[in-house]
Amino acid sequence: MSSENSTLVKLNNAGFKQNDKWLVEGVSLNVEKGKIVTLIGPNGSGKSTTAKIALGIYKNIEGSVEKYTNKVGYVPQKISIDWTLPLRVHDFMLLTENIKDEAIDEALKLTGVIHLKNKNLGNLSGGEFQRVLIARAISKKPELLVLDEPVQGVDYTGEIALYELIKRISDTLNCGILLISHDLHTVMTATDHVVCLNGHVCCSGTPMDVAKNNEYKTLFGEQASQILSVYEHKHDHVHSDKGEIKKN
Amino acid sequence: MFDDFFIRALIAGLGIALVTGPLGCFVVWRRLSYFGDTLSHSALLGVTIAYSFEINIALSVFLISSVVALILIQLQKKTNLPGDALLGLLAHSSLAVGLVVIGFLTFIRFDIMGLLFGDILAVTTDDLLIIWTGGALILLVLKLIWKPLFASTVNYELAEAEGLNPDRAKAIFTVLMAAVIAISIKMVGLLLITGMLIIPAAMARNLSDSPQKMVLFSIIGGLLSVLLGLFSSLEFNTSSGPSIIMAALVLFILSLLNIKQSIKLKN
Repeated sequence: MSSENSTLVKLNNAGFKQNDKWLVEGVSLNVEKGKIVTLIGPNGSGKSTTAKIALGIYKNIEGSVEKYTNKVGYVPQKISIDWTLPLRVHDFMLLTENIKDEAIDEALKLTGVIHLKNKNLGNLSGGEFQRVLIARAISKKPELLVLDEPVQGVDYTGEIALYELIKRISDTLNCGILLISHDLHTVMTATDHVVCLNGHVCCSGTPMDVAKNNEYKTLFGEQASQILSVYEHKHDHVHSDKGEIKKN
Repeated sequence: MFDDFFIRALIAGLGIALVTGPLGCFVVWRRLSYFGDTLSHSALLGVTIAYSFEINIALSVFLISSVVALILIQLQKKTNLPGDALLGLLAHSSLAVGLVVIGFLTFIRFDIMGLLFGDILAVTTDDLLIIWTGGALILLVLKLIWKPLFASTVNYELAEAEGLNPDRAKAIFTVLMAAVIAISIKMVGLLLITGMLIIPAAMARNLSDSPQKMVLFSIIGGLLSVLLGLFSSLEFNTSSGPSIIMAALVLFILSLLNIKQSIKLKN
């Protein structure tokens, strides 16, 4: 563990309950400057909820969140924008902060959508909009980037390029990144720390550690574990079919 | 110059249009038309209280509308009723209370029509002062909360995540709504204030491709509506409120032609 002052956001045993149902509980993690922390897990395992806890969108949480920066860029998983608003890509880039025109152009160039700058946001395709969302988040040169499945709907070659871009941004801006991704290959190659969620933290550690974990294998199947898995180790609990945790 | 009632009405109306333009855009964007209606219905109660205690009408309407807005926010948090049911509940019950109180105030002669639909004869020099200082204040505050308010209108979670405090902006905006109703009630009338907010903004939407343009066109549309409306009100001896709103409607219909044209261009 590095020193406290490089920490950008820290979750201590955090959880969130909605309508008496835990969306996620007992999550502890730490995003530091220049590091990429990735959340993986099946649908409904609480990845987006964890990101929203870290961002302070959910207020009445269990446990605690310590946030040490206000320069945050966020790419949400779902975004519903009301088209009663006339909004061009250029207006959208200025949504939460007044950014210089050069910085806007630079970010739009990096994600390959500079030609859409004066287009109406409602006329973009899903993949184009996703690239604009990423551009908006990075253009403000944030200290903390939270990316919730940032490349959904992007074509395959674009996907690889965008992940490379994210990695590069983490290096050049020295910002911390909390990433939610389904692309296990990316997770395993570009990430510093992996947290595997299934309503709680199943396992966490370096990509290597997680790949070796049995629970990870049960969640993602043999194929996923072949990416890095070398040997198995014992785990201390199993899941019943209702998703409850039973200690061995 | 202010001696002439028509000049006073004109200056008052133009002042109101400057404020309802930008505020109206947010009413359209945030889908608050019925919220505006609820606040203006409760304004009747504000007016009766103003008469009973002999205080300024604008001040009394502002206070009552703010209280109703706060009650609404609390009810939204504490009950499971849908938003439109709560709005209807507050709109009609505050209107009913207002009407019952009027029934008790037999010693005062009320111009109900003027109250509901606006009366250009009623605008005094004091009202001008209230409209222009109040209006300037409303615009200033709106400018200060523009960023968080607009960002959260586009997407609440982005605004919250990136540290803009959208809840505070929303609460302040609610107070601004109460204030704009308070300053425009005499001129437009409580039944038609929401129209003054929505119709110029709706017209502007048809003509604009960016939020700034929409605000600008909405202001221009409001100013034109006031000019056209007031002159026709003078000419045909009609109530000021309906005349202004009708002028706004005509502008809206004209703006539809622009949509047709742009669809043609696309094809």
